[in-house]
Amino acid sequence: MFIVTNRKFFYAISGLIMLGSIVALSIWGLNLSVDFKGGSIFEVAYLGDKPSVDEIHARLKSFDLGEYSVRETGESGYILRMRTLDEKEHTSILNSLSLNGKEKLEEKRFNSVGPLLGKEAAGKSLISIILVIVAIVIFITFVFRKVSEPVASWKYGLITIFALLHDVLVPAGVFAVLGHFVGVQVDTLFVTALLVILGFSVHDTIVVFDRVRENLRINHEYREKKPFDVVVGESINQTFVRSINTSLTTILALVILYFIGGEVTRYFSLALIIGIIAGTYSSIFLGSPLLVTVEKWQHKKPGV
Amino acid sequence: MFKKRLLAMVLLLIAIAIGYFVYNSETNPDSRFHFKLGLDLSGGTHLVYRADTNELQAGDIAGAMEALRDVIERRVNLFGVAEPIVQVEEGGIFGGSREERLIVELPGVTDVNEAVKKIGETPLLEFKIGKDTTGLTPEQLKATNVNDLFISTRLTGRYLDSAEVLFDQNTRQPKVLLNFSSEGADIFAEITKANVGKILAIFLDGVPISSPVIRQEITGGKAEITGTFTPNEVKLLVRDLNYGALPVPIELVSTQTIGPSLGEVALHAGIKAGVIAYIVIALFLLIWYRLPGLVAIIALAIYVALNLALFKLIPVTLTAAGIAGFILSLGMAVDANILIFERLKEELRRGKNLDEAASLGFSRAWLSIRDSNLSSIITAIILFWFASNSVIKGFALVFGLGVLTSMLTAITISRSLLRAILLRDGKVGHFLFSSGVSK
Repeated sequence: MFIVTNRKFFYAISGLIMLGSIVALSIWGLNLSVDFKGGSIFEVAYLGDKPSVDEIHARLKSFDLGEYSVRETGESGYILRMRTLDEKEHTSILNSLSLNGKEKLEEKRFNSVGPLLGKEAAGKSLISIILVIVAIVIFITFVFRKVSEPVASWKYGLITIFALLHDVLVPAGVFAVLGHFVGVQVDTLFVTALLVILGFSVHDTIVVFDRVRENLRINHEYREKKPFDVVVGESINQTFVRSINTSLTTILALVILYFIGGEVTRYFSLALIIGIIAGTYSSIFLGSPLLVTVEKWQHKKPGV
Repeated sequence: MFKKRLLAMVLLLIAIAIGYFVYNSETNPDSRFHFKLGLDLSGGTHLVYRADTNELQAGDIAGAMEALRDVIERRVNLFGVAEPIVQVEEGGIFGGSREERLIVELPGVTDVNEAVKKIGETPLLEFKIGKDTTGLTPEQLKATNVNDLFISTRLTGRYLDSAEVLFDQNTRQPKVLLNFSSEGADIFAEITKANVGKILAIFLDGVPISSPVIRQEITGGKAEITGTFTPNEVKLLVRDLNYGALPVPIELVSTQTIGPSLGEVALHAGIKAGVIAYIVIALFLLIWYRLPGLVAIIALAIYVALNLALFKLIPVTLTAAGIAGFILSLGMAVDANILIFERLKEELRRGKNLDEAASLGFSRAWLSIRDSNLSSIITAIILFWFASNSVIKGFALVFGLGVLTSMLTAITISRSLLRAILLRDGKVGHFLFSSGVSK
């Protein structure tokens, strides 16, 4: 009952975090990778001594690259980001970087995406996020269709949207901060992470709602007149350990992935860790207490 | 009780067999069922071309794209790359206009420059005169390079106006009619006049596709290629000749290369993370749920074996993101077990005996397992449909498969196992089925 009675406190925490995320997103925005913006990214490793950053700039001077960035990676490597390149430019840049083969280097990866392709990827990402949310809401409304007392099933769906927005906003906000201060970029994998977070968080929310559904039925069968907030509070308590434990096993797997899973999936796992914590929080402290709030609103309106 | 135990034994044996298949097919170099690694793990090049279809009628686009794919595929095959992928993709639905694309994946190729050059170059249609080979034995003939048997001529695809399919009126055999330009007609007449009785071979991209014999001088710029062709072969040949040049102009819009070392590091890191994640989750389950925890660990091992076997059989192309998805699914797969065990404990606390508590645990947890997993499957399907690249598609497939198999292993299999080892009520039984924090 602690959570339900103190729900305003938890709403305030969620509200503050969401506000912070929105502020971070609107000030800095997300640092988009070449996947969405178009452009190219090089990762090279020098087999011998690594030239200095200034030296790299000097070697690229003759190219008309506009703005580009050079960042050190590992002991021997550099990551270069620049505009979209065609194959000729790509080869001649590689040649200058290695002083025409005098300094041996390995091209670890090269990725060049045309600007139109990037726009399309961004559009597809946005559409898939919206689709997932809509599909989930319809699904929840359908699954809980038999539960209409005292809160209609579509309201369960609506509350889920709110919880989902919370779960997506939090990692997005964190990545806006990381993007601004550490230069972490957001790529298609990040979008995948967001979608998985949506799935996971709904998972969590459904488990609690399902328990509410079951307890309401028991309540009805035994003709007990437990108030709605008590039923919700009990349901949260009954599913609390399960929610925490499931999230814990998943987060354990992700933390391990973060530390030893390799460079490619590092920020992917970070986004998932943040999102799953947010999702677990929202299904316990936000979603279910909101059911109670909605029910209280209904009481206030005369005639309903 | 005996029946339950027998069923559990059979399930375990099947699982061991599946595990053995996964192990054996990976260590055996001749197996058809090795894991298929994506470009980001094996290293290689991924190219996206945009086809310029502005000049084409809407109805011709599909045919032209298919011809383009065949031409590029033939060139890519010249590389000798194992399992290259060449596919047509339709894109640009968000930009308003439709856009036709060609995706080329070359595993193991990291010299993009060379690859792009070979793909982009205009294919060469050549006419070559066969050398006199009467002095050579069949063995010597075999040992000679095909290019040494022919002399190049001035005549190339540049002088060809069009090619069409004809049927011989007497034999009903299909044949190919070549129409040369006027300049080509002159050269053709000259060559045929000088080489009556010899072979005039037609080469496409350096590969002989037809080698008719010259019977007489041919003037008028028309030539027939006869032979024992099937109608289908003739159709393909005519298409190759007509579309000798790329049927649609293409432009490279995206390149992605991953060096072999980076892929290997990512692969090893992924495997290591998976193994450690499994161990940590197993420890957690054992400490928190005791005996049921052990059952969940076995169910999770079966889950891993089953999924790996599916990855091999379908086959699923594994990428770094796919492996991450699989590791994530390890954490999620035990969710059903956790739901059931928490419910079991709850029923025990209410004073039910072990047997009742176990069956209530399964039946009551089922609804929320079903509903929550369905929502994950919906997510996986949308991810798969709207994936903007193969990395995300791979992830969605692994994720969706994982959810489906986890329902099987966490519910059906762990129920059979748990029933087989259900203990009598008593202090020991209650201790083994209770959690670390309850009394």
